[in-house]
Formats: sequence, structure tokens, C-alpha cells
Amino acid sequence: MSTSKQLLTSVQVARFVAQGFLRLDGVVPQEINERAIAALTEGLPDVAYGTPLGGAFARDTFVHELLALPVVAGAVESLVGPEPTVDHHAVHVREPHEGQAQPLHGDAIIDVRPDAFDIQLMYYPHEVTTEMGGTLSVPGSHLRRINETDVGRVQNLRGQTRLTCPAGTVVLVHHGIWHSGRRNDTAGRRYMYKLRLNPTVPQVRLWDLSDLHDPAVTAELNTYFPWYEQATARLEIYNRVLLWRALTGDDSFDVEYWVTRVSNRPALRSHA
Amino acid sequence: MRQQVLVLYLATSALDSDVVGWSRYDGTGRTRPTTGDSDEPPYPTGLAALHDGWRLFQASQLLPPQPRHEYDVSFLKHEFFFEKVEDGSGP
Repeated sequence: MSTSKQLLTSVQVARFVAQGFLRLDGVVPQEINERAIAALTEGLPDVAYGTPLGGAFARDTFVHELLALPVVAGAVESLVGPEPTVDHHAVHVREPHEGQAQPLHGDAIIDVRPDAFDIQLMYYPHEVTTEMGGTLSVPGSHLRRINETDVGRVQNLRGQTRLTCPAGTVVLVHHGIWHSGRRNDTAGRRYMYKLRLNPTVPQVRLWDLSDLHDPAVTAELNTYFPWYEQATARLEIYNRVLLWRALTGDDSFDVEYWVTRVSNRPALRSHA
Repeated sequence: MRQQVLVLYLATSALDSDVVGWSRYDGTGRTRPTTGDSDEPPYPTGLAALHDGWRLFQASQLLPPQPRHEYDVSFLKHEFFFEKVEDGSGP
């Protein structure tokens, strides 16, 4: 196994910009998964807000080993850059037969930064089945401006993801993604470890750029999701284009001319 | 009398457009709908809910975008509330 960081491709980052998350299924070795379950059962010590990630976790902890995996380290660096800081981390538990799901929500408070984002690493150390209440997330919801549980009235959306995954799965999500801990209908506890990371550098061209002009990049950014309203779907693409421009520094990039068309304001002097 | 409430989110402001989201609240207590409990909508369109006996009692207004926020995206826009009223006691 390679020990160097495996940076994301442009197509993968474009998929993150469109969907608001990136799944890495079963990437964590079972030995780390087993140690994680034991640690999560006991509880984790707090980490102070703003602690540099490099010094936040001792080398003998499962978190350190998780973040040192080349596929995880590369994905994190591709999205938030080198030396991010720890916002917070937490153990999330869905109790057996607890009868209710969380309301749909975005974490923290409404966050509309146009050119920066935090990521949340969600790590599932054991297999998650449909009945265990795996995290519900809504692809393409991360750019919608809502505050925390204000969207809780909405229970289901076409194309939503009810996570099922093998042990050792990591999901990296944009801070704005709509999600919920689903109802656990089994007799076992369902664990998830969550770590929020803040960037400390501009999030511009941090990934493997060798495929930056691959048509698949545009195809990812032009993805429509089944829950989008017909008209608002076009605004979703518009907002993705603005984010992609911020991440690449390319102010001419567009999809289907959505941004270019409504930005065109010829000055009077153009006819001089 | 107990109220069953169905909320449908539609693809456009037209009641006969496709369902893109849905919620259920059961005043009889017989069922306990919750977040993320189904992947298939109960009806393909809002009109199909009317055909099945649901009574529409609220529809979201058509509001123009706020100036300088024309391109913002937020809550689903086309929200329709339906009810069925049943005889009997609650939970």
C-alpha cells in the first residue's frame, strides 16, 4: 500500500461540489475499526476549538491512524488543504429501538461563505445496514441556505441517501449538507465518529489537477438531483459554477452558459 | 375526530406536477412516520393525492425573489398541505 497521500482528481472534487459529499467505502483496515469501536464506547477527550490537526491526536490513537491513511489524508488535503484546524469532534450514537430519527438539519448555524467551506469527516467503524439507522443525507443540498433544523419539517426527498456501508467507511461532507441520524430499528448501538475541519489556506487548486479540463468535470457539475424543483435546479447549477470558479480561480468557467448569460452587461463604451 | 396530515413538495407550483419530497404526520397515533423512512413518494403528483381523497388545505404562496437574492437557493418552494379527517380517538 502506498504511504503517500492520494490526492483527489478534479472529477472527484467536482463531484463533491455537485453532491456535497464524497464516499470512501471500506477504506479503513479492520484493526483500526476494532480499536475505534472500543474507543468510541469509552468516549473521547475533547479537542479545543482551533487546534492544528497535526498535533490534535496522539500517534497511538485511532483518529491519528485514520487520518494517516493515504486515501483519507489525500482527500482531506484536497478539500481543505494542508494543516487544517480541528473545529470539534464527537461520537454519535443511534441507540437501539430509540423510535425516532433526528429532524433533517444542517450542522452548526447557517453558513453562506461563497469561497470557503469546512468538511465533516464521518467514519463508520462497523457495517451499517438499512435497519441500523445509517445517516440520511440529501445529495446536492449543501448550497441551500437554511439554518440548522428549520428544514426539519421535510421527512423524505427523492434521491436521498440512506447510508448503508461496509465497516471502515469514511464519508466527507460539505458543512452545509442536509442530513439526519435515522431511526435505529435494531437491538444494537450504531456508532459514528465525526470530525469537523476548518481550512487555514485558500481552498484553491489543492487537488491533483491533471484532469482539470476533462469533460467529466463539467458533467459532474451539471448533475441534477431528483428532489430539485424544476426551476430551482438551474439555480443550483449556477451556484455550483460560482463555487467551482472560486476553487479553481477560473472566472471564465461555466456550465450551459448559466452564469455568463446573466452577467453580460455591455458598457456604453463598447460601441465607441 | 383525528387529523392525518400529508405534506407534498412538488416540482413546480402546479398541483399536478411531480412529487419531489413528502412528509406524514398521523394524528390517530397508529403510525409513526419520521425522517428518512421511505424512498418512494406516496403519490406521483399532488393531483394523485386528491384522487385518493386527500383534501388540500394550504399551498405555498408564489413570492418574487428578494432583490439581490434572486439566485439564492433555500427551502423547497412548492409545499402543499393535505388532510384526511378520521372518526375515533387518538393515541
